[in-house]
Amino acid sequence: MNAESPLPESPSPESPSRPPSSLPESPSPSPPESPSPQPPPLLQVRDLVVEFATRHGRARVLDRVSLGVARGEILGLVGESGCGKSMTALAILGLVPGPAGRIAGGSIQLEGRELTGLGDEPLRRIRGKDIGMIFQEPMSSLNPVFTVGEQIAESVRLHENAGRKAAWARAVAMLKAVDIPEPAARARAYPHQLSGGMRQRVMIAIALACRPRVLIADEPTTALDTTVQAQIFDLLRELQRDTGAAIILITHDMGAVAELADRVAVMYAGRVVEQGGVAQVLSAPRHPYTRGLSACVPHLDTGPGGDGGGDGDGDGAGAGDGDGGDGDGDAGAGRRELVEIPGVVPSLFAMPRGCAFAPRCADAVAKCARERPAMRAIPAAAGHAAACWVTAG
Amino acid sequence: MFFRNHAAVAGLALLVFILLFAFLGPALKPGDPFEMVWSPFSPPGSDGFWLGTDYLGRDIVTLMMAGGQVSIAIGLAAAAMSVVIGVAVGAFAGYYGGLVEEALMRFTEFFQVLPTLLFSMVIVALFGASLLTVTAAIGVVSWTTVARVTRAEFLRIRELEFVTAARAGSARDLYLIFRVILPNALPPIIVQANLMVGSAILFEAALSFLGLSDPNVVSWGQVIGSNRPYVLDAGFAVAIPGLAIFFTVLAISLIGDGLNDALNPKLRQR
Repeated sequence: MNAESPLPESPSPESPSRPPSSLPESPSPSPPESPSPQPPPLLQVRDLVVEFATRHGRARVLDRVSLGVARGEILGLVGESGCGKSMTALAILGLVPGPAGRIAGGSIQLEGRELTGLGDEPLRRIRGKDIGMIFQEPMSSLNPVFTVGEQIAESVRLHENAGRKAAWARAVAMLKAVDIPEPAARARAYPHQLSGGMRQRVMIAIALACRPRVLIADEPTTALDTTVQAQIFDLLRELQRDTGAAIILITHDMGAVAELADRVAVMYAGRVVEQGGVAQVLSAPRHPYTRGLSACVPHLDTGPGGDGGGDGDGDGAGAGDGDGGDGDGDAGAGRRELVEIPGVVPSLFAMPRGCAFAPRCADAVAKCARERPAMRAIPAAAGHAAACWVTAG
Repeated sequence: MFFRNHAAVAGLALLVFILLFAFLGPALKPGDPFEMVWSPFSPPGSDGFWLGTDYLGRDIVTLMMAGGQVSIAIGLAAAAMSVVIGVAVGAFAGYYGGLVEEALMRFTEFFQVLPTLLFSMVIVALFGASLLTVTAAIGVVSWTTVARVTRAEFLRIRELEFVTAARAGSARDLYLIFRVILPNALPPIIVQANLMVGSAILFEAALSFLGLSDPNVVSWGQVIGSNRPYVLDAGFAVAIPGLAIFFTVLAISLIGDGLNDALNPKLRQR
């Protein structure tokens, strides 16, 4: 991997965030296509397909998504709004909203145990206990009529045969673990009495109360201030070091990925288009979409915005306003400007036959529109793979 | 917090007074409510009869006490029954949606379109006029509004993110319904339950008025019904039980209002 990462604010992103014991030194888990000599990932998703039956026909929301996360690893799952990041999380938890939506194919394995096709009851046992989830909106993810202590204690009691007192003590201990001052007093507070950052800490405490082995964090800091965001990241990293949990960090913020993740999977229109170590993907992106996405992020050394500013830009530029900068000739001349990706994400009902990104891609060739590229390992970089006819392989 | 709401405290005091009057009063002033003790239509205050006598010369104080026990008991029991049925039907319909909702709401509509008074009359006529059948008849015809209110709240709340979060934390359906969603749906249900007590008391009065309540007991509604022909000559015999119903319903409404505020954590801190 390339040590001369041009990334800002990431003094070797993988080193501080892993537990000392459980992983080898170099972050090189292979893409799922090529069998690897390493132990199998804790959570392995293969060719996952999720479809929704709608009035306009069947919409394939996730199309053969494959990704894996190992014990003690943080996987960043990035992509713009609506690309299927959150749906991937819900599918892993067995919470695809039915009856319209369903898992139409593929497999999800937790430590080799197949989760798709499991009944409601076994899935329910896995949720929270083995796989925890932190939601995006700390404002609305807590039940407004119960104190936060009650909510953490309930979560403990749902999974373990703990008495009320023991569960409450555990709740207070969890609040302490997520660095909430005066945990015993705060446990008696209602969600509306806490700040956004505090609430997100409470959400993390609930998710971690039963020591899940996989933690899915769906945009955990999007609704928070930049300073609070940094605190939450520190907290996640610290907790992960303590518990050895695997974390899937869902975000549209490349800066957050650079700061926290070991590996990255980039999603576009329901498909994973690139996967690899965080330095590999961010410094030498192979898929044109990843390149576009990285170009949307303002860098500390080149322009305004700095580290925190990456937040909204990556999202807005990719999704809606793509056409705005299309014909603008001066982009890149003189000082470096933020580059937008022209065009919009294709409709789920009119997905191109070939590569989903082809209509927006500057490098597209005839084959791109005809055939869908598979994920191919990039020869020079172990563990790095991209789904592109032109630039990968 | 409840006690900081002065109106609610006043309501509670009023209800306690009414309950003491109805349930402890007979101990202080024993007497058979059906006994004819004085000349009919004696106005209140005459000859030691504080509230006067009715058209048969029965003491209205004694009638009010005995009638209060029956009216309040029926009102509470019928309201409780309609809340239990209504919340169950509305909660399952709103939570599960789809076919369950369709079936349950059509079932609810069936009861809604029935003429309530006629239907309860049929029940009482079929099963005999006892307190139990009267209570059941009132409960069976009045749960539909509770069901609709509950369903509407569930439809709204089940989409909120904390419900998904609870589900991701492995909550079962029943847990989600009764421990996560229902507590958030309570305020309008409590208000509805309050109105229900009042309307159940009135409903019982209507049935009594038509002579369809238990003839062996006396209720406020029965007193109104039996004195109705003489309302122009002795208005007090109708007005007194009417006022008793009014104040009871008022007291319960004020308490419900206070409860609603006390149960809402956002208002609790004021």
